[in-house]
Amino acid sequence: MEHLNTIVQGILLGGLYALYAAGLSLIFGVMRLINLAHGDLIVLAAFVLLAMVTALGLPLPIALLILLPFAFALGWALQRYLLNRTLGDDILLPLLVTFGLQILIQNGLLVAFSADSRKLSLGAIETQSVNILGLSIGVVPLITFAVAVIVLGALSYIFYGTGLGRRLRATSDSTEVVQLMGVNPRVVFAIAMGISFVVLTIAAFFMGIRSNFDPSVGPARLLYAFEAVVIGGLGSLWGTLAGGVILGVAQAIGARINPEWQILAGHLVFLVFIIFRPRGLFPKQ
Amino acid sequence: MSQPIPTAAEPVASRYTVRVATRTSRIFTVIALALVVLLVFAPAFASRPMLQDLILVFLLASLALCWNLMAGYAGLISVGQQAFVGLGGYALFALIIVGGFDPLLSIPFAALIVALLSIPVGSLVFRMQGAYFAVVTWVVAEVFRLLLAQWRELGGGTGTSLPRSATGDMFGLEFISELFGVRSAAAREIIIYWAALFTTVLVVGGCYYLLRSRVGLALRAIKDGEVAAQSVGVSTTRIKFGIYVFAAFCAGLVGAIYFLQTSRISPDAAFSLLDWTAYIIFIVVIGGLATIEGPIIGAILFVLLRNALSGFGPWYLIVLGVLGIAVMLLAPKGIWGNFSQFTGIHLFPTRRHLDIAPAKEQNK
Repeated sequence: MEHLNTIVQGILLGGLYALYAAGLSLIFGVMRLINLAHGDLIVLAAFVLLAMVTALGLPLPIALLILLPFAFALGWALQRYLLNRTLGDDILLPLLVTFGLQILIQNGLLVAFSADSRKLSLGAIETQSVNILGLSIGVVPLITFAVAVIVLGALSYIFYGTGLGRRLRATSDSTEVVQLMGVNPRVVFAIAMGISFVVLTIAAFFMGIRSNFDPSVGPARLLYAFEAVVIGGLGSLWGTLAGGVILGVAQAIGARINPEWQILAGHLVFLVFIIFRPRGLFPKQ
Repeated sequence: MSQPIPTAAEPVASRYTVRVATRTSRIFTVIALALVVLLVFAPAFASRPMLQDLILVFLLASLALCWNLMAGYAGLISVGQQAFVGLGGYALFALIIVGGFDPLLSIPFAALIVALLSIPVGSLVFRMQGAYFAVVTWVVAEVFRLLLAQWRELGGGTGTSLPRSATGDMFGLEFISELFGVRSAAAREIIIYWAALFTTVLVVGGCYYLLRSRVGLALRAIKDGEVAAQSVGVSTTRIKFGIYVFAAFCAGLVGAIYFLQTSRISPDAAFSLLDWTAYIIFIVVIGGLATIEGPIIGAILFVLLRNALSGFGPWYLIVLGVLGIAVMLLAPKGIWGNFSQFTGIHLFPTRRHLDIAPAKEQNK
């Protein structure tokens, strides 16, 4: 029973990691860009939510709903005015610019919010749990997992069921050819980054409720997200969920053996995947 | 009259010569050698804070040159060089504390251990390419940080200091102490200063030699088109791997020397992304990517900036971040790249020029 409990907790943790990873996976899928500031942007969004709750007195879910359109706009603008300038044959430039953003965000947060550890509060629901098959499962982890599935489902729908998705996929296949069809890849990239920001803001909401955060925790979030994307298969949305779950379970089992091994166990499972299945579980052909 | 065509009597090879050096570079070689000699004798006249700054410049310049060799020439973008700096530091502490070896003599062995470790690590991270390579190197560095935090004998997660017995008894310490008439702590710093200087000379010499050799030609070919380079017989992976191991060895040297100087190590300091990769990238980008002069200039500038702005805490890093991004977008060649493009001056020329001698008069 204990073992089953560990696994279930790990799977639910994987939902959170899939949320971290979904935005990264989308960006990679569309423009082959790894946004090294992804984790720090999640932390930034969590701090903005915190500021909205404390300064404006808004309930947390309302703050999230208000923030989402602004997140989209910010992502759109970041891509349109900064990151689009870095895209080209050389992968060095986008990597280094997003790396610079990472330093900027971390230290900007340090100036604005200090290094203190913070948390978002959702009230009584945080401590509630439900009994399923004799296991006591937290309501918040359950909601997180459900939201992860919904978000990935929504992204899948956008990707494979809408005109925008067709443009996104076509741009991903060839930025040159879509221009012949009258699609401006720069605009498509900006929209993709906007969507990525919406998803990472949702991820920030759940991260802030489930754990303490401070300006320095972003890079670890980036690494979990990256690992989930690679384990799942590059550019595969549902693979990302599987990758998140595998990472979550690995960490939960590691933590069960020795609390200090939680993160290490996740990294090691990732490296094993690199050795035996470098293209991930569900590689896009 | 048409262009003279070389005949059998006048072999082609005699008319064409490949030249790498320029007049400036020949003059600069003399100046550089004089500068190295001057730096060797610097402990006789420089103050201790000056020596400490120079140690930092040497170590950062060495790391920057290696990162530059990987990213600027071999197309290997690593954000995980802190793995090898940290391993170098930990290998040194293990040799001294667990093995009981002499601190100074442990430095090269620590670097060798790191180079050996970099072979399996390299074969793992080389499974990924481009941006993935970058992030995987970072994951590997995190793994080493977390693993070494478990090593109780070296202080676990909080780290440890070198015992006084080890730092007070180092090869050559007494001799230097008497030679310069200084206390043991200052003498220790002088020895470390020389080790750092030696590392920089080794790295500069190594990079320059490598880039002027066949490997340098191969790297240039890889950069221009990897597939094309492979098709004319350049074994791209082997060359990249060799550079990766060389960079790991140098990072190990830097880590060993740096943590010998601080005499204190912890997993967070040893495997710091900021200190050993972010700063290094900044140095290379500001100084000039894919040049030998750039990282050296960048390192000097970085230490000057740090001394001037270190009191401003996070604001200092915000300035560095903005400056880095601005340079990458607006002047991607960096300080030296732009200077050299403008003036045509190359202190460490690696480009080959073809000199064609005028044809001899045809006697007929």
